[in-house]
Amino acid sequence: MNTLANNTDFLLSIENLTVSFDGFKAVNDLNLYVDENEIHVIIGPNGAGKTTVLDLICGRTKATDGSVKFRNRELTSMKEHEIVREGVGRKFQNPSIYEDLTVFENLEISFPRGRNVFGALTFKRDEEVVSRVREIAEMVFLDTLLDMQAALLSHGQKQWLEIGMLLIQDPELLMLDEPVAGMSVSERKQTAKLLNEITKGRSVLVVEHDMKFVEDIAHRVTVLHQGKILSEGSMAKVQADPKVIDVYLGH
Amino acid sequence: MTNGKSFLSRQDLLALAVLAALLFIVLPVSVDIFRLNLVGKYLTYAFVAIGLVLCWGMGGILSLGQGVFFGLGGYCMAMFLKLEASTPEATKIQSTPGIPDFMDWNQLTELPWFWEPFKSFGFTLAAILILPAIFAFIVGAAMFKRRVGGVYFAIITQAIAAILTILIIGQQGYTGGVNGITDLRTLMGWDIRTDSAKYVLYFLNGGLLMAVLVLCLFVLKSKLGRLLVALRDKEDRVRFSGYDVANFKIFVFCFAAVLSAIGGAMFTLQVGFMSPSFVGIVPSIEMVIYCAVGGRLSIFGAVYGTLLVNWAKTTFSETFPELWLFGLGALFIAVVLVFPNGLAGVYRAQVAPRVKKWLHTRKSGPDAPVQDPQAAE
Repeated sequence: MNTLANNTDFLLSIENLTVSFDGFKAVNDLNLYVDENEIHVIIGPNGAGKTTVLDLICGRTKATDGSVKFRNRELTSMKEHEIVREGVGRKFQNPSIYEDLTVFENLEISFPRGRNVFGALTFKRDEEVVSRVREIAEMVFLDTLLDMQAALLSHGQKQWLEIGMLLIQDPELLMLDEPVAGMSVSERKQTAKLLNEITKGRSVLVVEHDMKFVEDIAHRVTVLHQGKILSEGSMAKVQADPKVIDVYLGH
Repeated sequence: MTNGKSFLSRQDLLALAVLAALLFIVLPVSVDIFRLNLVGKYLTYAFVAIGLVLCWGMGGILSLGQGVFFGLGGYCMAMFLKLEASTPEATKIQSTPGIPDFMDWNQLTELPWFWEPFKSFGFTLAAILILPAIFAFIVGAAMFKRRVGGVYFAIITQAIAAILTILIIGQQGYTGGVNGITDLRTLMGWDIRTDSAKYVLYFLNGGLLMAVLVLCLFVLKSKLGRLLVALRDKEDRVRFSGYDVANFKIFVFCFAAVLSAIGGAMFTLQVGFMSPSFVGIVPSIEMVIYCAVGGRLSIFGAVYGTLLVNWAKTTFSETFPELWLFGLGALFIAVVLVFPNGLAGVYRAQVAPRVKKWLHTRKSGPDAPVQDPQAAE
């Protein structure tokens, strides 16, 4: 494979990535790079392949061709849990939390220790775990709800809890699929603040539809269309791009 | 939040004490040895039901083939007892003395190789625990690593139960066929058919059941217990939190299998025979019903559910033998429709709040248990 550079300074470099489902190329020869400490947002019309890109990075979907390198380590051949252990966290579109457990237990399970069978049997809820859970809960505005059953949280709080569950793993790359979908205006503002806070020391890759929110958070924007990159750059540059206006933003 | 000091809360201790009082005091003084032996037989199914609570109730893995593991345990024990009962003196009228009678009837002239190690009691005990674990590991690894789950897994376990039954029945010379392995007499020279032996075995069985309950409480209160609930709910989230989900499923499936096998071995000892009618699809599904009636989220509920359903089965089939199966079906439908969490669900809603209150007024302290809703009471 003749790629631009086999080793890069980027945190994440996606090169020539292709996936086809029965001949349909959901992602087609894609090149995408994520810098350290960058909030990178992927936008695009429905069916552009945004979520598929996240699925490919985190190993949920296997690539047909191309490479995904994280800190110059190839991810495409790894299993999902190995990719997580490399330092890549993934939030799903619908809040994906353990409804039958409490907020505390949700965060505790995500704490990166005792991840094999024996480790889970002998896991101790020590001071380190408790203080870390409290710290993260405070960041995601749930510190007063630690003992509440997660099913009883509001939609927005569930989204925050899932972000918190990722943060406690301290990933270097955080991938968020529509983090503010279904949130109220004030919750959106809080989430934007949260994202700007947590990006210190890590990169965030976001798929989002909400243009106002994208403007608030994005350092760099990639517009996907039919599995290919249509435009890339700052929000202002992308918004001014006639191709983007044509297929996505509208006149 | 459960505190880290002890995994047994005051409610768990109370539940253990109540069950121990019932099994070790109330039942032995109030029923005769014939009925007590029946209770002992029922309790061997409770091992399976407890395993199903962990596997199905907590982990969401429905196995309709737990009879396979019950049978493996039961057959291991039966093979040992049968060999002991087949001394050359006791079988001197056979054309080949010294081998089990059914082998002789099937024209076998020497003991098959896989029967040989079952002459040793130590090997037999090890086999009861290890064979089902290995078998469950193979099935579990083959299924869970390929992400086969839900209904497909249930169907495959059912198919395995059917296959094993057919195998046992077909290989009559090696397994005793449809009659099973019968006419078991002594365990290391100790006659297990006497009343006193039945008492001893009943208490041994009860003691083992208590030990298993404590072990299960430990597992459920550990992070592994919460992980099971988590992966029942959102398997992908667990996977994307850095866990190899298949390993946890394999573990709990093997764990449930070993518990079933202990039950099977105790069944053979108390009932005095083992046959394919405890291995196949129907007994496997009945065991799921015991668990559902008791409450699939509560290990104690599973024990009471097993006792209740079997008591009803015995009572009704003595009086209305032809109606029992309809009764069992109706019971299952009622549980699904009216009491989805079984007896334990009713207890949790109606009785538990009062018990909690009582415990608090008795001994209120800063370490009074604050139960999370998942913990089995």
